[in-house]
Amino acid sequence: MEDDAPVIYGLEFQARALTPQTAETDAIRFLVGTQSLKYDNQIHIIDFDDENNIINKNVLLHQAGEIWHISASPADRGVLATCYNRTSDSKVLTCAAVWRMPKELESGSHESPDDSSSTAQTLELLCHLDNTAHGNMACVVWEPMGDGKKIISLADNHILLWDLQESSSQAVLASSASLEGKGQLKFTSGRWSPHHNCTQVATANDTTLRGWDTRSMSQIYCIENAHGQLVRDLDFNPNKQYYLASCGDDCKVKFWDTRNVTEPVKTLEEHSHWVWNVRYNHSHDQLVLTGSSDSRVILSNMVSISSEPFGHLVDDDDISDQEDHRSEEKSKEPLQDNVIATYEEHEDSVYAVDWSSADPWLFASLSYDGRLVINRVPRALKYHILL
Amino acid sequence: MAAAAAAGPSPGSGPGDSPEGPEGEAPERRRKAHGMLKLYYGLSEGEAAGRPAGPDPLDPTDLNGAHFDPEVYLDKLRRECPLAQLMDSETDMVRQIRALDSDMQTLVYENYNKFISATDTIRKMKNDFRKMEDEMDRLATNMAVITDFSARISATLQDRHERITKLAGVHALLRKLQFLFELPSRLTKCVELGAYGQAVRYQGRAQAVLQQYQHLPSFRAIQDDCQVITARLAQQLRQRFREGGSGAPEQAECVELLLALGEPAEELCEEFLAHARGRLEKELRSLEAELGPSPPAPDVLEFTDHGGSGFVGGLCQVAAAYQELFAAQGPAGAEKLAAFARELGSRYFALVERRLAQEQGGGDNSLLVRALDRFHRRLRAPGALLAAAGLADAATEIVERVARERLGHHLQGLRAAFLGCLTDVRQALAAPRVAGKEGPGLAELLANVASSILSHIKASLAAVHLFTAKEVSFSNKPYFRGEFCSQGVREGLIVGFIHSMCQTAQSFCDSPGEKGGATPPALLLLLSRLCLDYETATISYILTLTDEQFLVQDQFPVTPVSTLCAEARETARRLLTHYVKVQGLVISQMLRKSVETRDWLSTLEPRNVRAVMKRVVEDTTAIDVQVGLLYEEGVRKAQSSDSSKRTFSVYSSSRQQGRYAPSYTPSAPMDTNLLSNIQKLFSERIDVFSPVEFNKVSVLTGIIKISLKTLLECVRLRTFGRFGLQQVQVDCHFLQLYLWRFVADEELVHLLLDEVVASAALRCPDPVPMEPSVVEVICERG
Repeated sequence: MEDDAPVIYGLEFQARALTPQTAETDAIRFLVGTQSLKYDNQIHIIDFDDENNIINKNVLLHQAGEIWHISASPADRGVLATCYNRTSDSKVLTCAAVWRMPKELESGSHESPDDSSSTAQTLELLCHLDNTAHGNMACVVWEPMGDGKKIISLADNHILLWDLQESSSQAVLASSASLEGKGQLKFTSGRWSPHHNCTQVATANDTTLRGWDTRSMSQIYCIENAHGQLVRDLDFNPNKQYYLASCGDDCKVKFWDTRNVTEPVKTLEEHSHWVWNVRYNHSHDQLVLTGSSDSRVILSNMVSISSEPFGHLVDDDDISDQEDHRSEEKSKEPLQDNVIATYEEHEDSVYAVDWSSADPWLFASLSYDGRLVINRVPRALKYHILL
Repeated sequence: MAAAAAAGPSPGSGPGDSPEGPEGEAPERRRKAHGMLKLYYGLSEGEAAGRPAGPDPLDPTDLNGAHFDPEVYLDKLRRECPLAQLMDSETDMVRQIRALDSDMQTLVYENYNKFISATDTIRKMKNDFRKMEDEMDRLATNMAVITDFSARISATLQDRHERITKLAGVHALLRKLQFLFELPSRLTKCVELGAYGQAVRYQGRAQAVLQQYQHLPSFRAIQDDCQVITARLAQQLRQRFREGGSGAPEQAECVELLLALGEPAEELCEEFLAHARGRLEKELRSLEAELGPSPPAPDVLEFTDHGGSGFVGGLCQVAAAYQELFAAQGPAGAEKLAAFARELGSRYFALVERRLAQEQGGGDNSLLVRALDRFHRRLRAPGALLAAAGLADAATEIVERVARERLGHHLQGLRAAFLGCLTDVRQALAAPRVAGKEGPGLAELLANVASSILSHIKASLAAVHLFTAKEVSFSNKPYFRGEFCSQGVREGLIVGFIHSMCQTAQSFCDSPGEKGGATPPALLLLLSRLCLDYETATISYILTLTDEQFLVQDQFPVTPVSTLCAEARETARRLLTHYVKVQGLVISQMLRKSVETRDWLSTLEPRNVRAVMKRVVEDTTAIDVQVGLLYEEGVRKAQSSDSSKRTFSVYSSSRQQGRYAPSYTPSAPMDTNLLSNIQKLFSERIDVFSPVEFNKVSVLTGIIKISLKTLLECVRLRTFGRFGLQQVQVDCHFLQLYLWRFVADEELVHLLLDEVVASAALRCPDPVPMEPSVVEVICERG
């Protein structure tokens, strides 16, 4: 079908950082951060017009350095946080900062993209997350349900909880914890759980997954050897409070019930190289998106461990009898987990994938060569889930 | 014809001619026709067969014929013969007539004498007969006299004869009475002497008479006496019977006597069985004692022998005696016996099973089979005798169960043997490394493992085969002919073992090294080769062997060879893939550490290839050797036959120049991307962890792909200074020099290494590549 075709957008630079504009629930908008050592880095605000299949972009300059991670505030459309490299005297340090984009870009501007080149606007710095004592910042995550005042950043072996004060212009370190052990421990990734009143955070370092309680900043669970090799990313199931997914260099995606840390609930092995990113769909948690350095994006249907293992439960009784019987029979047997689609539009390693915050059937993936691809869940499946 | 004859008398019903006509004439006519036919064929008719065929018997001209007619003959002569001949015949005839006349005369003389003597004889006979008549008359009168005398004598003796007869009767009666009167004392004596049989016989003889005349007081007294004695006798018999010390035959005798004494059969039957039970239970107890845990149990053969001769023999005797004694009891009695046999039999079986269960662990199959054979054979005899008790069926069931358990045991044994082999291999793999020697002979180890498994399988098959040997009594049971062979041996043992072997092997892939697994990669490689060998030859060999030894009938569906082969191949593939992953991971880790731990921004100008790269090449070479021991070379793309020189020049000059050219023109930031993108359009996508084929080149390609892709991803995460980039350049060139020879398509190595260098260049704020010639010199020096 015509509008199932992917939409491709090319950036001039290498890129690794991708996030939906989390606070925006009407327009489909993604933020992409570039990586360039020689030129000024940019943040591309990409608006996707679903009806016309058109992409509008706005470019913001991010002169502080190349962007390794980007995340948008869940409360304020204009606020975002980045982790970036600052190079000075043959030293590379990854820092993190909170920024505000110009007001007129917050809700996307529909001016013609031609004149954006003339005057690239600049981000307004709200505050630095001071990490001189803690080392390189790996990522910044916002409290998912809150008012956009709390963020957590991972710096080497420290987990730091910040309070943003005075309309985000000041970041105060509220509490922190650090990982002690032999060798150089380094966090690679972290996510904030939307459950339990947002008091849990999960992090990944090396092959281990850990859960933290943000109130006491203490560890609550630990999955040792979650993957055979480095764990690259993890994500919480938005509808089932104990479930989380992780992925890593052993090419596997594993699904965990944090109440049982010895065995994964399920393991997928579809990629042929490291899996860098895993994301649950925000509303239909059977849809799981993974991006890998084998240049593929895979959309899987993990019905059996989702919150709707028997499909959508039909409770209206006014369907005619025969139909009713048949559909009941069908819906009673648990559906099979399967790979819905493998997207091969990328030609370089895919380092980031994410769902749109506005349209649950739409997602973007970003490969290292700067190619952003916007895809939709196949229509047949969409109707299957909805009806 | 008969119908015509019957209908004959009724006028007008038959045809006109008389019925006699055809009947009378037909044989005549027929004979004539026959005669003519015979004449025609030169045969003479009937009794004339001996005569010469020439003259016709009906010919009236034949002188000797019956129908000779002198007129015709003369006529003929006169008409036919010339004069001379007529003359001749005339003289001839005259001569013959004379001769005949003289003959006749001599005959008459001779016979005349005989007539005269005959007449004399007849006259003499007449005289003799007259004398005889007189004597006969005299005899008749004498006989009459004798008859008269005889009648008179018998009349006189009549009286005495009758008296004698009566006296004889009285005598017999008296003797009987005497017997009766003496009976009590005789009985007593018999009882005293212990001649119970005699006593019972006497009693039997007197019983009826006494019964009949019991209304007479004297007889009554005798009867009472007898009854008292008989009661005592019965008492004694019972006593003896109960003591039971004597053997089964004597007991049987007691019972027989008691039966004859008219004791109630029902009760005796119960008692008899109770006694038999006591004896048999003693046997069982002694068997149980043999089972007992504390004394070392005798071997199973001895045990079944004891059981067979003691218990089963006893049971046989009891059954035989019972059937003989209580045949009159009819079906109810047989039922009782069957129940009795069933109960004791089941206890016996329980004991035997316990004993056999002890044997399960043991290794000696032949002893077990022999014991089972005896056990089964022993039970077939009473089985025939006691069909209702179903002992033979139960015995067969036990044998079957043991056979099944035995199969299970062998399967376990095979599995254990396989695991043992693997442990040996592990040790062998671990040991020489300590000694600092080059890797052990993998091919040798493989051969050892394969042959040892095969010999284990053969030994198991041979052991199991004993169950179906012809001389074993149960081998012709349907279970052993059909199910045991196909389901038990083929499916359960052989196929089951191959399955479990594949599973064991696959389990090495499933535990991916993280949980204390640390499967030595060489073991993976060896197992993979083993499975592949199984796929190509061994499985079909083993199955053919099995099918030959156990003539498997096709009534059960069996797993086809192809399925097993597919499974083995899949296992081999997974193992090899896992091997590639493990080895790739080892090298990857080295590369990753080397990239991650170095400070690339402040590194010095490269003078050497980094040691890690040499290590990578060394390890790859070692892997190459290791794989080469077990797998064939495999195919490369043709171009690789060239020397590395050429590839180097291609790599460094054209590609590298083209690649880095845009870097010098800072105004065009997109060109690098564009170029690399365009280049990617023409190169195929590389599947890093792709399944491998069964050859060395494919394995090595897989390992190198994994390693280089890791290098690429790691490089992309770092930032390089100018000299850092140059170091990467040197390292990549070094790898290029040595790795191309291992892979199927060297283009692949180029591509990946190109990409590594390009990525490093992108991650470098000040990309100044090193001169290719310098790179070359450094690499050659290193």
